[in-house]
Amino acid sequence: MSALRVVSSDQTFDVERIRQDFPILATRVKDKPLVYLDNAASAQMPRPVLDRWVCYHSSEHANIHRAVHHLSEIATAEYDQARRKVQTFINAREDREVIFTRGTTQAINLVAYSFGRAFIGAGDEIIVSALEHHSNIVPWQMLCEEKGAKLRVIPCNDVGELLQDAYAGLFTARTKLVALTHVSNALGTVNPVKDMITLAHSHGVPVLIDGAQAAPHLSVDVQALDCDFYAFSTHKMCGPTGFGALYGKAHLLEKMPPFEGGGDMILSVTFEKTIYNTIPFKFEAGTPPIAAAITFGAAVDYLSGIGMDRIAAHEHALLEHATARFAELDGVRLIGTAKEKAAVLSFVMEGVHPHDAGTLLNDEGVAVRTGHHCAQPVMQRFGVPATVRASFAFYNTHAEVDTLVAAVRKTQKFFA
Amino acid sequence: MDSKQLYQEVILDHNKRPRNYGNLSDASHRAEGFNPLCGDHIWVSLKIQGDTVEAVHFEGDGCAICKASASMMTTTVKGKTADDAEQLVREFRDMATGKLDTAKDPNHLGRLSVFAGVRDLPSRVKCAILPWHTLHAALSAQSSVSTEGEADPFAAS
Repeated sequence: MSALRVVSSDQTFDVERIRQDFPILATRVKDKPLVYLDNAASAQMPRPVLDRWVCYHSSEHANIHRAVHHLSEIATAEYDQARRKVQTFINAREDREVIFTRGTTQAINLVAYSFGRAFIGAGDEIIVSALEHHSNIVPWQMLCEEKGAKLRVIPCNDVGELLQDAYAGLFTARTKLVALTHVSNALGTVNPVKDMITLAHSHGVPVLIDGAQAAPHLSVDVQALDCDFYAFSTHKMCGPTGFGALYGKAHLLEKMPPFEGGGDMILSVTFEKTIYNTIPFKFEAGTPPIAAAITFGAAVDYLSGIGMDRIAAHEHALLEHATARFAELDGVRLIGTAKEKAAVLSFVMEGVHPHDAGTLLNDEGVAVRTGHHCAQPVMQRFGVPATVRASFAFYNTHAEVDTLVAAVRKTQKFFA
Repeated sequence: MDSKQLYQEVILDHNKRPRNYGNLSDASHRAEGFNPLCGDHIWVSLKIQGDTVEAVHFEGDGCAICKASASMMTTTVKGKTADDAEQLVREFRDMATGKLDTAKDPNHLGRLSVFAGVRDLPSRVKCAILPWHTLHAALSAQSSVSTEGEADPFAAS
């Protein structure tokens, strides 16, 4: 049945050809082909990205922004080039608006620590949403605790969409920041961030967008969104782990105090006075993960080479196919059925705990995430302790969706 | 290992029809156990008279491994002395972490040895141990335990 389906309206999108780029997709699990549906946690790396990592270490490695020797000059040029690639990828106005971090979590913590401590005080308010990952809740709670500020939460409806009227009602004269996820990691909801940013700006409030689940799947244009900060992680974008970026508007970054102190973030140091470097270096203390940055540049090239719009279209086709196939299953409930969704299916099975489902699905070679997805408030909102989450990438196929559905049926039968 | 070797009939049965489920209204000891990684969350309540565990109940949310482990724990521990219960806690932990081979090493686990298979599924070891962990907390009058962090008596194991 599925073999006869048109895989995507884009006839030039050859998923089988793309899969050849990913050596790990040839893995067998329990003597069955791996069906990797845990992309929202971490996506896999294609050959050009893996090669870039090896090439850097075998012929370009040295520390950056320091020595005048050959290798250091290459490494520095490639590192700076990676920043420009990321700038282009998200359409930032200037490359100095891209700060390299350890990932989305550190990017958000950077803003909480630097912007938050400088501009948020006792009695001030920070707006977050009911759909946030813990990494866009806890840094703000820590700041609130330290400063005596308050967290306000945008509620969501039963399908997992944020209530826009309630959001509009949360603004007060004390609102200092909105910290909002672009795409929910637990449910896949795509929030109308552009409109929500416009509303915040009408109150003079800056907005941080957690783009960890959006940047790998949508075309992100930070100037069109007009967001003030945008954070994302490279390991969800076919790049290495432990790395990511924070976009910030230059005029804000310039006003913000440094995050960490150390080398590279200074212009001059005496025991009497230290002069800080300009952005982005002010926020990049110490030797950065140079290899990760350069390799991420290759990942950005790879994604751009396919095209984010085509990636989004293929993933949307997978989501529609999966949603239709799941509708055939009795005793399975989708958690999160927003109109605008990324390719994530979060579900619970009657009589089968998600954790057991995860183990049984693994027997069929299917890799999914089970648990609360670092979004316990979302689980509480929907009254479930945990869900099973299948999250798709552009290298997944309709046939893999069918394998998932068959594995879910088999799991139901086992626990019946 | 195929996980069906782990999910034996007796485990599936205790998962579907857990024994001694619910709160013990006249409990003398009670503890809460939580596995923040997967959301397993149970309470164990005990009625101890003298040295003897007269009654033991559990309730909460958990996967099949956790629920069956809790259910079979209640049926095994009921009527035992607190010291014997603690001995079982240690033996169960050692079995689940692969330190005790029920076929070779002396033990009192009996049919609890159906859980030996979790040793091959590292991510599920904590599911099986959580009820025992919580029992240990109740016996030693701690109010709550988590499978993560410094409070975890099994963290180093």
